[in-house]
Amino acid sequence: MGKTGSWRVFRPVVDRLKCVKCLRCWVFCPEGVVRREEDGTVSIDYEYCKGCGICAAECKVKAITLVREEGDGGK
Amino acid sequence: MAIKDFPIEEYVLPGSAACPGCPATIALRIVLKALGKKTVMIVPACCTAVIESLYPHTSFNIPVMNIAFEAAAAGAAGVEAALRKLGKNDVTVLAWAGDGGTYDIGLQALSGALERETNFIYICYNNQIYSNTGIQRSGATPYAAWTTTTVGGKKEFRKEMGDIIRAHHIPYSAQTCISYPDDLYNKVKKAKEIEGPKYIEILTPCPPGWRFSMEKTVEMGRLAVETGVWALYECKNDVVTFNGKSRLILENKIKRVPIEEWMRPQGRFKHLFVPKKDVKRIKALEEHIEKIWERYRKYYI
Ligand SMILES: Cc1ncc(C[n+]2csc(CCOP(=O)(O)OP(=O)(O)O)c2C)c(N)n1
Ligand code: SF4
Ligand code: SF4
Ligand code: SF4
Repeated sequence: MGKTGSWRVFRPVVDRLKCVKCLRCWVFCPEGVVRREEDGTVSIDYEYCKGCGICAAECKVKAITLVREEGDGGK
Repeated sequence: MAIKDFPIEEYVLPGSAACPGCPATIALRIVLKALGKKTVMIVPACCTAVIESLYPHTSFNIPVMNIAFEAAAAGAAGVEAALRKLGKNDVTVLAWAGDGGTYDIGLQALSGALERETNFIYICYNNQIYSNTGIQRSGATPYAAWTTTTVGGKKEFRKEMGDIIRAHHIPYSAQTCISYPDDLYNKVKKAKEIEGPKYIEILTPCPPGWRFSMEKTVEMGRLAVETGVWALYECKNDVVTFNGKSRLILENKIKRVPIEEWMRPQGRFKHLFVPKKDVKRIKALEEHIEKIWERYRKYYI
């Protein structure tokens, strides 16, 4: 399919200060685009993230918020 | 195993055609983490064949053989025999099919492979419909659910695949759900270590098929287990053990959540709530689920 980041309507944004490193977002992301960072927190590959919002819905400490995309998504 | 200890390797690559919020890719990511690189996957016609993409592209970082809709288990049996002849005994053969390809059209090939004691793992990802072709009913579709071929709601109850599988008395079979990744991972890992035929079924709630919004995939699986619509269990050498919340429900330690909680967020049950509540059909499904649990209690406590 290619760069599926352009599908996104909402962008999941991680607050790494709030993140408790549980990795629920990582395990449940259907695309496997949640990256595990060295400090144990996570970041998201926006080139491919489809914006489904599962990561935000499953994060128990609300460290991920969905922000409406402006423009045509992608990077 | 704890989530943080799951292997970091990814075998499902980003950029696939899967719908946003797809449960099949969640399931496959976890399954392939458990099985590892030395796996050959046999995929019949289903969403996964589309997610896989068209040759020469692929979304999967392992070898895959595509085969006709009805033939996943037969194809896997052939691959297993070939690997055995070649002396490659360290490769896991995985047949990966939808519920249409398992409950319905692929049942004969599956039963044959189980009876012949083929050394493979058969996984059915059960989204309770033929989703790839546009949401037609299958033998796994629940009573009263809308599909494009059951417009007023399905009239029949779902088939109990677990019972059919157990009638083959294979060394290992299990039911799990994407919402419980450790349960899923551990069951696949266990199956990998056992010789002979293994069957695992994963409940995979599908947003476009069940008509719920895409961030709710995991929640819908959790509610399926909490309401008892789906049970987590495994069967090793004919001994059945229930797992997690399903075990607590079996032993009457917790009560099932009313199935309405699972049905309400799903557009495929909307006609049971709008314009007015169809108490009769909701009750019929609830009673059907209760009957299943009564049977479980009779046989498996
Ligand atoms: C013999 C045959 N009949 C019909 C089809 C069309 N077909 C392709 S996939 C599919 C449905 C697959 O449903 P399921 O196995 O539940 O997998 P899902 O699409 O839900 O992932 C159908 C009917 C086919 N490919 N071959
Ligand atoms: S789910 Fe939330 S807390 Fe857990 S790793 Fe992801 S962002 Fe961090
Ligand atoms: S929005 Fe969906 S695809 Fe994007 S990172 Fe979150 S779970 Fe993954
Ligand atoms: S229809 Fe359902 S199972 Fe198929 S790709 Fe879409 S979300 Fe996944």
